[in-house]
Amino acid sequence: MGGKRKKSDGDDVEEAEEGSKKKTRTSAEKKEQLLPSMIKNKDKRSEVHAKLKRQKKLDKRAKAKARDAAAKRALDLGEEPPEKKVPRTIENTREFDETVCRPDDEELFAGNDADEFSSILNQQQTPKILITTCRFNSTRGPAFISELLSVIPNAHYYKRGTYDLKKIVEYAKNKHFTSVIVVHTNRREPDALLVIGIPNGPTAHFKLSKLVLRKDIKNHGTPTSHKPELVLNNFTTRLGHRVGRLIQSLFPQDPEHKGRRVVTFHNQRDFIFFRHHRYIFETKEVKKAESKSKKDKDGKSENVPEQKTIARLQECGPRFTLKLISLQHGTFDTKGGEYEWVHKPEMDTSRRRFFL
Amino acid sequence: MEHGGELVWQLIRHGHCSFMAKITTGNFCRNPYNVTGVCNRSSCPLANNRYATIREDNGVFYLYMKTIERAHIPKDMWEKVKLPRNYEKALEVIDKHLMYWPKLLIHKIKQRLTKMTQMRIRMRKLALKTREKIMTTPRKEKKREARREEKAEKAALLEKSIEKELLERLQKGVYQQSDIYNYPLEEYNKVLDMEKLKAADEEEDEEEPEIEYVEGYDELEEEEDMEDFGGFATFKSQGDYDDDENDGSADDEEAEPVDQSRAKRKMALASKRVEKKGLDSKSKKPRVIVEVEREDAGERQRVVQ
Repeated sequence: MGGKRKKSDGDDVEEAEEGSKKKTRTSAEKKEQLLPSMIKNKDKRSEVHAKLKRQKKLDKRAKAKARDAAAKRALDLGEEPPEKKVPRTIENTREFDETVCRPDDEELFAGNDADEFSSILNQQQTPKILITTCRFNSTRGPAFISELLSVIPNAHYYKRGTYDLKKIVEYAKNKHFTSVIVVHTNRREPDALLVIGIPNGPTAHFKLSKLVLRKDIKNHGTPTSHKPELVLNNFTTRLGHRVGRLIQSLFPQDPEHKGRRVVTFHNQRDFIFFRHHRYIFETKEVKKAESKSKKDKDGKSENVPEQKTIARLQECGPRFTLKLISLQHGTFDTKGGEYEWVHKPEMDTSRRRFFL
Repeated sequence: MEHGGELVWQLIRHGHCSFMAKITTGNFCRNPYNVTGVCNRSSCPLANNRYATIREDNGVFYLYMKTIERAHIPKDMWEKVKLPRNYEKALEVIDKHLMYWPKLLIHKIKQRLTKMTQMRIRMRKLALKTREKIMTTPRKEKKREARREEKAEKAALLEKSIEKELLERLQKGVYQQSDIYNYPLEEYNKVLDMEKLKAADEEEDEEEPEIEYVEGYDELEEEEDMEDFGGFATFKSQGDYDDDENDGSADDEEAEPVDQSRAKRKMALASKRVEKKGLDSKSKKPRVIVEVEREDAGERQRVVQ
């Protein structure tokens, strides 16, 4: 396409060509089109690039203006405004995963009945949690543990000593605990969370990050000791469903709604965000949107205040994110255990693929 | 052939010895056959024609000896003797083999044997215990994870989604059985204002028309006005009407219950700390009707005045 020619010519020629090319661009032409990176001269290249960018920006602004104008015009005319386009997000373009749970999956329900949590989730057992740490002490560990104790009802803290984890699991079995949580510390910060189900429940290893304690949250609230409600968002795949049930088995299944406490585990792109709130429902007066357009039919724009219920949240308790590293089938046994799922770095190659 | 040793020593010490390691505290010898590990004239296996060491192979100790006779044959230079497991027996074996050797060397060898036995015991004890294994993560991954977490947090509009979920549950009616008591702030304030107005009016004229406050709600959940309970409670429980008007708990109006059961319920829930008790009658329609009766109001007034 005469790359050399373009280099020597003025920029206008280039722009014009690009402008015309935009509409009739085929893949072949695209390949031949001059990318700024193909120009060897740095000054010229940066000039060309800057021009391109500016042009792009102008185009974008013009498009946005046109869109707004069209919408306004449509509203004025009383027609439906043109449909808003849905922006492309990573969640929209997530890779197809065949393990996503469908709502009518019988196998899923059968699996649920047969898995380790069914007895707790059917309220045949009340959850009783044993919390402990790793062998070494840490600065933020005890504070985090005390907050965990306030979040999870019926949780007990035992010091670690130098017992083996396997011994601890046995001890928990004897004392009829339903889960063991081990808070692991690295560099004086809680780093990982091991959730072990008893008697032969799965072991989930989570990586803990972004821990914010209650005292560091502005306007925090103090939680009461009512049993909290649980909100589990976005656990779509089979693995996610299993992890969700594991988390569910830590909490009692009969929440006290009057306590108005909600504990949320929200899964987004394989990161599980933990939040703990107190909520309250309120009614708010909301003016209808029609008042925007100046329809002075009756001399007064319609201002019908509408009662709308909203929920207000006050954050209390810690805030952290978890990421699943591995899920093992039996209790803690790194050497001989059977792993259901292990995170490997090669799974991170695609930005649109998530496992939970 | 001590000259041989002397010569060797001079050459390697003042020249270059590849086994010597110099650190701040001194010179060490990296030769595997060295007894003490220090670079010395008496501890150098190269510079001494008659030398002995103890070395370990897979948990078994061996005594290595070097004599002048074989000093010129590097292949057969070191004679290897297996030492018994038992510490005392090993000492005896050493004594037997190194009977006429210099005392210093024997002493050093025995010291080395002691040290190695202790280390062997310790290593076996440790192998039984479980130790934490340190795994490393490449820095690139750590950064990548941090970045992705940030973006995920922004994409997950947490508060919005939690609120949405709670509202959905409300719509579904999960909270019907266990009443959540919310005090709708607007209504509360409205009624309070009405209160103040009323108070101002009443002082002027004794007769007051019957005022009816009817509050209706569109939401499914029941919301009781604290006003009612407060007023009800203060009237019934305290008997006398306190001059707490300014506190806001003063009520001129009372909840005129539509049903008897309702009255009971409202009575029970009159405290500020709303304590939930089992409600017998559940009203499907979330309408709380508050009416004011004139006569009672009049009585109230008398009490005040």
